[in-house]
Amino acid sequence: MSSFKRNSTLKALLLGGVVLGCASAAQAQPTAEVLHYWTSGGEAKAVKALKEDFEANGGKWVDAPVAGGGGDAQNAVLRSRVLSGDAPAAVQIKGPNIRNWAEAGALADLDAIGKEEGWDDILPPLLQDIVKFDGHYVAVPVNIHRVDWIWANPEVLAKVGADVPTTWAEFNETAEKLKAAGITPLAHGGQPWQDATIFETVVLGIGGADFFNKAFVDRDLDTLRSDTMKKVFDQMRIIRGFVDDDFSGRDWNLATAMVMNGKAGMQIMGDWAKGEFLAAGKKPGVDFVCAPTPSEGGYILNSDSFAMFDVKGDDNKSGQALLAKLILGEKFQETFNVYKGSIPARMGVAKAKFDDCAIKSMNDLEAASSKGTLVGSAAHEISTAGAVRGAIMDVVTEHFNSDMSSDDAVNKLAEAIELAL
Amino acid sequence: MDTNNQNAVKGVGDWFRWHLSKFVVAPSFLMILFFVYGFILWTGYMSFTKSKMLPIYNFEGILQYVKLWKQPTWLASFENLFVFGSLFIAVAIAFGCILAIFLDQKIRGEGALRTIYLYPMAISFIVTGTAWKWILNPGSGIEKLVQSFGFENFEFDWLVDPDYAVYTLVIAAVWQASGFVMALFLAALRGVDGEIIKAAQLDGASISRIYMVIILPTLRPVFLSSFVILTHMAIKSFDLVVALTGGGPGNASWLPANFMFEMTFRRNQIGQGAASAMIMLATVLAIIVPYLYSELREKKHG
Repeated sequence: MSSFKRNSTLKALLLGGVVLGCASAAQAQPTAEVLHYWTSGGEAKAVKALKEDFEANGGKWVDAPVAGGGGDAQNAVLRSRVLSGDAPAAVQIKGPNIRNWAEAGALADLDAIGKEEGWDDILPPLLQDIVKFDGHYVAVPVNIHRVDWIWANPEVLAKVGADVPTTWAEFNETAEKLKAAGITPLAHGGQPWQDATIFETVVLGIGGADFFNKAFVDRDLDTLRSDTMKKVFDQMRIIRGFVDDDFSGRDWNLATAMVMNGKAGMQIMGDWAKGEFLAAGKKPGVDFVCAPTPSEGGYILNSDSFAMFDVKGDDNKSGQALLAKLILGEKFQETFNVYKGSIPARMGVAKAKFDDCAIKSMNDLEAASSKGTLVGSAAHEISTAGAVRGAIMDVVTEHFNSDMSSDDAVNKLAEAIELAL
Repeated sequence: MDTNNQNAVKGVGDWFRWHLSKFVVAPSFLMILFFVYGFILWTGYMSFTKSKMLPIYNFEGILQYVKLWKQPTWLASFENLFVFGSLFIAVAIAFGCILAIFLDQKIRGEGALRTIYLYPMAISFIVTGTAWKWILNPGSGIEKLVQSFGFENFEFDWLVDPDYAVYTLVIAAVWQASGFVMALFLAALRGVDGEIIKAAQLDGASISRIYMVIILPTLRPVFLSSFVILTHMAIKSFDLVVALTGGGPGNASWLPANFMFEMTFRRNQIGQGAASAMIMLATVLAIIVPYLYSELREKKHG
């Protein structure tokens, strides 16, 4: 009796499963589950734009946001999902982490859609390197952020009769003047990634693009220990004198606010800082100025991207392809990047809707890309994987917060990077 | 037939009743066996592999441990653990003990005071950390307050000084835990036999002597249990660092738990993270095992 009952229950369950299976197969609606950590303010708005675009094209969007900035929480979720064989279609991953997942064999091949859409022609070569593995597209870039920006308050600079500096010597001079006038020259938050952000702009400025790549991409130990690197740390020591006493642990947006309300003259930060100015109703060129940090036409690139995981089922596969196509489409690139404060990851997007800083960023990007002075950010995990980036941050932040000499710093940097490999 | 059956049923019922406690405990026992001890073993194995982003199961020997002890950030966090741990434990026990003795003087409003002192324990470390961050920040807290009273030269900038940041962790942690230690001591003080104290008073012993020679020695078990509780609180401290100093300035106030999290979850170095976790476990064992041993031995003898 009881065994019969169990049997029939099992049958019912199986039957139900079959019916459900048929139902979903009959629909075959392109479906994509998107795992991301864009949960706040402008970012949430930007992701909503993608969702609406996707649904307007007949797709079914399964939203899987994981709150917690920086994506640590997302990373944990992703690992367990992939290990249990249930990977989401698209995941917000950047830089060399894409390569790690590709090496683990977890990513899908997007070459077909890439060819159809001509990605080889519209993506800057540096970005292609990031989103390709073994010559195949495995991810799609969403945007480009420029890291090497100075955000300045023109009113404050005018008080000491200075302009936005174009060389590091000029930067130091202007900063001294501001200091003498009782104004904090550089608004900065003492968090390792912010220290590293300033550090990489100084590396690019003093060493140049080739030096930058040799140090962070090739991780050449002689370059890391070179006199040029010592000069970089010397400049970092000088910069340490330009921040206020309470900088420890301050969030970057609070530092931006210091520039906004005239407490500080400048901030070195990526163009996500622009969003803070715009949100406060400030006008670029009038209430705040954006200028690249001193370098020979260099450009430090940071880019968010979606890695496409190997999914099963036609509905999931077609959803993934549709999503990839839409992300690099002109329409989405425009709306998304206006919201996010970044610039399009592809070329040939109309510039009309973007502000002056973004247009300058686009022009500089093209120039740097053709001149070969375009580099991937080390502080934001584009040219370096997590472990190397962490090693750089450890040394830079320790140097910045102590009286370590530049000689010690370069040795520690080389040792730390060697250990992290 | 019937009686036999009944007996059998009764036998089953008895057997069931007899083993009921084991059935009730079994699920949680199995879960702990798997989720705690199973994962300790797994972490231990991971620490002998080259695992980076995903677990790799090839055995590589003690490579990760060699690397670990070369990492300046690990050495700094481990040193911080000893500075933070020993100060935190010593100060919290001293404070808790003194508070308990004061409260034990049959004062008015004891119930209210006890609640006030115990209350910080109910707050999470994140809240404690954030509040103390504001209090200790030179730009917004104590330093600014005292300076605004006219003492322009007053300085209290431990939070932003790499050499002193770890002491701010001690301040916040002591504030949180000493009320709890006080409660432990208070309960023990109430259990001290009043007759002995009266006898000592008749013999003309002073109050301080009574406490030092008679009362405190009887509190030895409480000292030990607060020591053990505070030790594991110190070793697993993580959220306090995140909220109060963010590990900074620089990496000056990292504790081993922060190192473990950073390596495992941010830098894709599961092997390194696992190795540091095993060292933390070994540290706990090194303190707890002798304690358990001495406790158990005493019971046998007693």
